[in-house]
Amino acid sequence: MSLATRMEFGKELIEIAKTRDFMLLSADTKACGIENFGKLYPGREYNVGIAEQNLIGIAAGIASCGHKVFATTYAVFASMRACEQVRTFVCYPNLNVALICSHGGLQVGPDGATHMATEDISIMRSFPNMTIIHPSDAVSARAAARAAVDFEGPLYIRLMRDPVEDIYDEATYSFEIGKAKVLRDNGNDVTIIATGVMVGKALEAAEKLQTLGIKAKVVDVPTIKPLDENTVVEAARVTGAVVTAEDHTIYGGLGSAVAEVLGEKCPVRMRRIGIKDAFGESGAPELLYKKHGMSVDDIVAAAQNLTGEKSNTL
Amino acid sequence: MMKCFSDDDIKFLEDKANDIRKDVIRMICAAKAGHPGGSLSAADIVAALYFFVMNIDPTRPRWEERDRFVLSKGHTCPVMYAALAERGYFALEELATLRKFGSILQGHPDMNKTPGVDMTSGSLGNGLSVGVGMALAAKWKNKNYKVYVMLGDGESQEGMVWEAAMAAAHFGLDNLVAVVDYNGLQINGWVNDIMKLNPLPDKWRAFNWSTMEIDGHNMREILGAFQKTDKMRGPVAIIAHTVKGKGISFMENMCEWHGKAPNGEQADSALAELSKRGGK
Repeated sequence: MSLATRMEFGKELIEIAKTRDFMLLSADTKACGIENFGKLYPGREYNVGIAEQNLIGIAAGIASCGHKVFATTYAVFASMRACEQVRTFVCYPNLNVALICSHGGLQVGPDGATHMATEDISIMRSFPNMTIIHPSDAVSARAAARAAVDFEGPLYIRLMRDPVEDIYDEATYSFEIGKAKVLRDNGNDVTIIATGVMVGKALEAAEKLQTLGIKAKVVDVPTIKPLDENTVVEAARVTGAVVTAEDHTIYGGLGSAVAEVLGEKCPVRMRRIGIKDAFGESGAPELLYKKHGMSVDDIVAAAQNLTGEKSNTL
Repeated sequence: MMKCFSDDDIKFLEDKANDIRKDVIRMICAAKAGHPGGSLSAADIVAALYFFVMNIDPTRPRWEERDRFVLSKGHTCPVMYAALAERGYFALEELATLRKFGSILQGHPDMNKTPGVDMTSGSLGNGLSVGVGMALAAKWKNKNYKVYVMLGDGESQEGMVWEAAMAAAHFGLDNLVAVVDYNGLQINGWVNDIMKLNPLPDKWRAFNWSTMEIDGHNMREILGAFQKTDKMRGPVAIIAHTVKGKGISFMENMCEWHGKAPNGEQADSALAELSKRGGK
């Protein structure tokens, strides 16, 4: 298994820094394995101490001088402790600051609710000028690092604490900000639209559904904002049923984004898999996913349920 | 390095400060809203910065080598807008559009709408962090520009100010100067009644800043202080003792003028008083 997406992203960024000029700021975490950046690239890294608001303010100041800057901390702190700094001093002036934010969702596990970012996508999605990306495996995380360096403007990069199985093939994968990927397209019964760690689960669920005679499409949405509306609407149109899956609250995240678009452009039956108005807690991620109705079996059940409803109304 | 100043420079800057004060009154009166008190207390320092201290070029607002100014107490933007207009960044007539729909002069500074505004501000306590970033960028790119951040005393109650102060000293930023407009008043009364800041200079010293105290309305002291910053171990804090509403007797030290616009009659009387002091 590869490293966690946060570590793959950091490793790739260190590599890219050999040839690309940017500054890296941190607030004394081990968020993405780039603690050596300053030793490798003297004068291009500052650890501002445990002070996330200052982290983002400093990033905005550097970016205001026309430079690309990455700032890294945990997603809970970037999205809430420094929420206003991100909104008013990065997004409002539309500055070239990329936030590398690890520890998304319940996958954080033993650290518990304080360190699980379960609302970050909702918060960031509401800010004008903000782009949100969320790679689903090591390959896409490395590609996201390359895309992030090229990107101009406020960027929120959501990464995960623990490793996941590889989904993509390095040789053929490209990360294009704003584009969703149809990963599996072997039928028109239901579409599972997933992001981050839930993409792997969606693929597993599709396999299981196949054995039950239900043909599922699986769409990976690595860019949550702006949402690839065409891909989402087209998949909904041909399947007439959509399950969304995210390791995040169902209020305001991927499920909401998809429902907003489909509600206006292609209303279909939907189920949203995600955290349902609850805080996380300590425990192994898989146990937490089970408790919150976010396991592979939960996705399967939601899809079965939807396709059943669909046939009842035909 | 700042150039030496003469008696003529002092007189010129005092007149400029007075013109800026007149602009402040006219624009806030026209907008029927805004913050005169803290604009007037900062006018002398802002005049010194824009007309003498800073290395800037109004024809190239985004010139990379320019000195930067961050108005952390963003609600007093009328004083900055007036200085920018007087300095030629945009027409003086624009000042009458303050806070109006479609104006380049927003109710709080917007770096993308107003030529010469180096950073968006308004939410208090954020400007010093931004200044730290600008100063770090200069170090990274071997630029010689300086960064000036003006803070209010009331806003120094925000914890983030001290995160930034700690970082600036830790990084040894000798290209960063913080000026505190210490007028003693905030929206609901005296700063030291609401949340005591005293001893403010000691706080900056304790955060390892070279710290000076000056009379923020004495142009000679203001210029002297900025000149001294070149020779001091950075970062440097200038605690400027000022009077909220300075220059207009019925506004001085009155906290109700923190965020209230003068009506036409009050503006006329304010302008008449300012006209006796000089300027255009």
